[in-house]
Order: sequence, then structure tokens, then C-alpha cells
Amino acid sequence: MAKKVALLQGNEACAQGALYAGCNFFGGYPITPSTEVAEVLSVELPKIGGKFIQMEDEIAAMASIIGGALAGSKALTATSGPGMSLKQELLGYACIAEVPCVIINVMRGGPSTGMPTGPGQSDVQQAKWGTHGDHPVIALVPASCQEIFTETVRAFNLAEKYRMPVQVLYDEIIGHMRERIEFPEPGELEIINRTEPSVGPEEYKPFDPSFGDVPPMAAFGSGYRFHVTGLNKAADGFPTTKADLVDNEQRRQLRKISAAQSDIELNEEYMTEDAEVVVFAYGSTSRSARYAVNELRKEGVKAGMFRPITLWPFPEKRIAELGKQAKAIIVAELNLGQMNLEVERCVKGACDVPFIGRVDGEPINPGQIMDKVKEVK
Amino acid sequence: MAERYELRFSGAGGQGLITAGIILAEAASIVEGKHAVQSQSYGPEARGGASKSEVIIADEPIDYPKATLVDACLAMTQEAADKYSKDIRPGGLLLVDEDFVQNPPVGDFKVIKMPIVNTAKNEVGRMIVANVVALGAMVALTEVVSRESGETAVLSRVPEAFRELNKTAFNLGFEKVKALIG
Repeated sequence: MAKKVALLQGNEACAQGALYAGCNFFGGYPITPSTEVAEVLSVELPKIGGKFIQMEDEIAAMASIIGGALAGSKALTATSGPGMSLKQELLGYACIAEVPCVIINVMRGGPSTGMPTGPGQSDVQQAKWGTHGDHPVIALVPASCQEIFTETVRAFNLAEKYRMPVQVLYDEIIGHMRERIEFPEPGELEIINRTEPSVGPEEYKPFDPSFGDVPPMAAFGSGYRFHVTGLNKAADGFPTTKADLVDNEQRRQLRKISAAQSDIELNEEYMTEDAEVVVFAYGSTSRSARYAVNELRKEGVKAGMFRPITLWPFPEKRIAELGKQAKAIIVAELNLGQMNLEVERCVKGACDVPFIGRVDGEPINPGQIMDKVKEVK
Repeated sequence: MAERYELRFSGAGGQGLITAGIILAEAASIVEGKHAVQSQSYGPEARGGASKSEVIIADEPIDYPKATLVDACLAMTQEAADKYSKDIRPGGLLLVDEDFVQNPPVGDFKVIKMPIVNTAKNEVGRMIVANVVALGAMVALTEVVSRESGETAVLSRVPEAFRELNKTAFNLGFEKVKALIG
């Protein structure tokens, strides 16, 4: 049978991906350019017995999804930069309390209210460092409407698998543009659900490291009771200041990600095999980069593109390798210098890292990238 | 068809030109199975003032999603014509509503003039379908999708009660342009 197809906005594709992944709770507060995610889910979630709540602000929205997830739901919120800033404290809470949830950030210009209707990619370092303290981070950066669908599904899977918040970041351009989507059949994409306790309520400890780096998680209301706090906690969930327990706990949380890099990392490489100049670009900017690479190849220039789909954890190893192969890795992004710092850190001076940034509300166009590539000596 | 064909629908916010763009993108990508990307002006400019919707159609996946050089542009108002005809490809096409664009811009492109709003108002009987008249006209002008695909996409978007109205609007737009360009 032919697959179901539709012409969808990126934001609509995100909502459909969430439903496919089994999302049954959305708590949010509307903000341009993310609002269509909430709009679609406000219609669709009640139909499948899910819950949609418009909260009083973005902070409460983040709190609501933590609550929803603790009660066993697959929970989602969607926002943009200003809302993301407000969510930071509770994002850290979700990290330390190990609550699986998904946060969509449809990026616009900033800081503060910035340019609500213009695109931006200036929240990419915030995604890693926005909330204080050492904490694990997974952030995904899809580049098309179809990929927003599949990466939203993957975000839920990673959240459930590693018991932590996962961020999906895409910019206003792909949030609002429409493309043809092919809906995967049920079962076609893997759906991961959280591991539930194998022991009874009497023995259950919510953060018991003897079950591995990702301890099983019981749902509130299922007969299990446990303490949830933003303080450093012991295996039973209650606060502790014991040095070894705190140290072990913090290291375990970071290890969840560092030990699973190969499971989480996802990149696309385009014509990098023999590339002398590699363009590092993600999200909508990668579309300009691919266009530029195609044009440059026609002119005989050995250009290629590296596109992270998982932005955090960062593909350190592969960037270091490309740094040794290429004369330059050009970083193109809609900000004034963020991921170029990470690329520079990884290549350790092995090649140049020229930068193209733009913050005037317009996309980086292929011509800008082509010019920069041609400047490489 | 060219590797990449870019169309722009422009006019005043509220004239339904974003919808016209979406329908064309559906005709290309859902009905005909080509690749299409639709985008639009957003925010204050989409509410009154000059507003635009862009559709890129190609046989291959589309990388850069914004217009670079517009192959065919529709302008329903003078303001839109002045603002959005600037990046029409040399030798490209500009379709204007002759009653509202008194001074069509001059450039290295062909200008086609026809009454769009007045066709909707006087011949179809409802001004609200001016966007569908315009869509039919643009399909006839560019042949970027077939007449049948355009009509199918229009009809799959409208409620039963408005099917005839929209079908008439689409076909009148189509035929008027065909008569003009021969």
C-alpha cells in the first residue's frame, strides 16, 4: 500500500513525529515560531486520550512535563529562545532527577525577545551550557520537515532510553516551511519505552546504580513511591552530601552519555571523502551548504559538507579526523560564532576554521558559502 | 522541467496567496510526486501590506528553500509588484492584476496583464476566490504542473459546497491566460 503523504510545515511534522513516538502529554506556552507544534497537539492529543495543557508560562510548562513524565507519560513541550531561557532551571532539575522528556526549541533571533519572526541558530551553546552544573546533554538538529518527524521520534527514544531530557533544535525557516512528508507505517521506526523496575515497591530504589548507569524508572501512581528532588541524591532518592555518593552520582550521569556516544551520535557527510574544504553546517544552513557544494563540485572545487544531526554530544572524533584531512573546515551558522568554537577545539589547529555568521533574519545563502570556500588557499 | 523552478505569489495580506502557494506545492508534491518546498512571509507583513508565498518545484530534492531567482511571479497589488519583482530571473515572467497594478515594473522579464480580482468578482461571482483564479492563471502560464493536477489539488482542499465555485475560478484563470499567451 502507498504510504500516507502530506505537505506539512516543520512544526506540524514535529507534532506528528511526537504522536508516532507515543507522546501523550504536552504542556506548553505558545511562542512564535513554535506555536504550530502546540496547535496540532491541542487537536490531536485529546483524540487519543492524551492530555494537552496550556500553562501560565514557560517555566510552568517545563514543570508540567516533568510531572507528566514522572507519572509515566511521554511528555513534550515546545518553545523558542525566550521560553528556553525561562526553562533552564527546570531543565537542570529534569537532568538531576533523571526525568525523560523532550523539549523543542524553534530558534529565532535573540537575545531576549529579539526577532520573533526571523530565523536564528544562536541557542546551540545554550542547549549545552544553559542550565548550571555538570549535566548530560543530548540535542538534535534536524534539517528538513521529514527529518523533524524522525528526529522527534528519536528524541523520545533517547529520552526514555537514557532517562533524561532531550532537546530538539531547529530554526524558524524549517519550522514554518512546508515539504512533503511520508508517514512511516506503525512499527517501521523503532519506539523505545523506559525500563520499568524488575523489583517490587518495597525494594525499589529509583537511582540504584547496581542496575547500570540508567536505573529503571517507576511511574507515579503505579504503586511505587519515591522521593524526587533537585538536590544531589542517594540511590533511594533522598538528599545526600556524602562525598563518595555525590561524586559517583554526578559521574554516572555524565557517563550515561559519554559511554553511549556511538549510539547517540548521528551525522551526515556529503562528498567529504576527497574534500579539501569541508563546510560544517546544521539545520537550514546545511541546505545552503549542500547547494554550495554541488555548485563548487561542478567548478572542480573539492568541497564537502559535514552535517551533525546530533549536535550534542559533539562528534569530536570525526571532526578531529576531518581537520587532518582538509585544508579548512568552514563553519556556517545563523549566529555570530558558537559551534565554530567547538570545531576549533576539536581540530586543535590542524586546519583553519573560517567562520560565516549571519544574524540579520536572512538565511546564509549558497553564494556566501561558495565565496568563503574559494578564499581557502 | 528545469532542475529548479521558483514561483512567487504576492499581493496584500489576506488575499489568500499563501493558500494558493500551498495548493500549488500540493499539486506538485502530492499529486505529481515531484519535490516542492513552500514558504511564506511571516509576522507583521503577512497581515496587510505586501505579503508573499514562494514555491520551489524540482525533480530532485530541494536544498536551499528560499527563492534565489524567481522564474515566475504573480503580483496582485502595485506595492507587491514594486517590492517583489526585483529578483525575477532575466527572461522570467510577471503576471499582474491589471486593475490594481497600474504601473507594472519594467525589467528583463515578460509582463502578462489580466483582471484577476474582477474575474473572481464579476465572472465567478465571489471575490474571495481571486487567489484560485490567480492559481489557475499561474499554472497556465508556467505549466509547472498540469491543469488536472492543479484542479485536483484545489478540490482536495475545499469543502463540498465550494467545489464548483473553486473549480470555475481555477479554470477561468487558466483559460484567460491561455487565451492571452496563445
